Amino acid sequence: MSFRHELAKGLLRKNPLVGIALGLCPAVAVSTTLRNGVGIGAATASVLVGSNMLMALVGRALPLKVRIPCLVIVVAGLVTIVDRVMTTYMPGLRAGLGIYVPLIAANCIILGRAWTSAGGGLAASLADGLGTGLGFGFAICLLSAIREVVGSGRLWDAALLGPNYNPMLILVLAPGGLITLGLVMGLFNLFKQRG
Amino acid sequence: MDLGRLASVAVAAILVNNVVLARLLGLCPIVGGSRQVTSALGLGLVVGCVMTAASMATFGVYSAVLVPLHIEFAETLAFMLVIVGLVRVAEVTMAKVSRGASRVFGGGLPLVTANCAVLGVALINTEKSYDLLTATVHGAAAGLGFALVLVLVTGLRERIELSPVPEALKGAPVILVLTGLVALAFLGFSGLVIE
Repeated sequence: MSFRHELAKGLLRKNPLVGIALGLCPAVAVSTTLRNGVGIGAATASVLVGSNMLMALVGRALPLKVRIPCLVIVVAGLVTIVDRVMTTYMPGLRAGLGIYVPLIAANCIILGRAWTSAGGGLAASLADGLGTGLGFGFAICLLSAIREVVGSGRLWDAALLGPNYNPMLILVLAPGGLITLGLVMGLFNLFKQRG
Repeated sequence: MDLGRLASVAVAAILVNNVVLARLLGLCPIVGGSRQVTSALGLGLVVGCVMTAASMATFGVYSAVLVPLHIEFAETLAFMLVIVGLVRVAEVTMAKVSRGASRVFGGGLPLVTANCAVLGVALINTEKSYDLLTATVHGAAAGLGFALVLVLVTGLRERIELSPVPEALKGAPVILVLTGLVALAFLGFSGLVIE
């Protein structure tokens, strides 16, 4: 299991979002603009790397029976730190993401990855966290870029398609998010089938 | 207590701001969830009970522990611990009450993935500073909304399994698109404001 192999797994073959359909809620809910997508992607990835490494370090010392509560404390603690940092340094972005920042604590990807890396090797857990985090971030940025461009004709708050473009507002709303994610997943499957 | 306001909170949580279709929480159990309407109904009702109980418990923890100690920032951590405990209680109760039920739900995994919807409802309760009664009603109504969507989407899934779906869209992608269409239909409720 080389470092590069682990990274590639998270990014492509087992992409958490579009490959195995986990962590869907934040992906659809806040991916309305690229700025939000980058924000939630970075926040999720940093919690993921932190929780993976912490669980790799202390996981072996925890008996199986108390492992889930400890896991929850570790993840929720890291999320609280990220939340405080964002509130202080990026208040605008934090306000736009709303309850979806604290909700990272209930993200099934993070809990799942931290569970598997408990008691594993530190380097492998780091690579796994980075790969999964980058894969999630990449997928959510792609999704939010599509939704922002088609749904509002803008990208990163800058006008892109000109004043004559009639934006498909539905893509920015909740139903559009679900449909876009489904289609992006289908596209991803198509690439995977081609090899 | 104003009954009209309670009713409007309930109707809004079930139809207008549906926890799944508008707030996009708890998508993982919807997309990866059950294949039969009967087991979907069971799962939906269990999640609804957990949401109601969690709304009450997190209200208690928030107003009796976090506010007096001025550690409101730790709400994510405290709520997650409460919810994980409640989900565990629900799993154990289900296993005791009926062996069939816990077998249908596949060892309680769907319940765990519903964590994010439960945490989301609890966070909305404190964000809108609901009192105990309103929070409980909101939790129960959000749970009913979740059960409603789970049953609707599972019914659609039963039909789609017999239909010729393009290879790349099979599984999660087509379910996401279907959920998106249901969400589109639910947008029609957005004019429904009861004050």
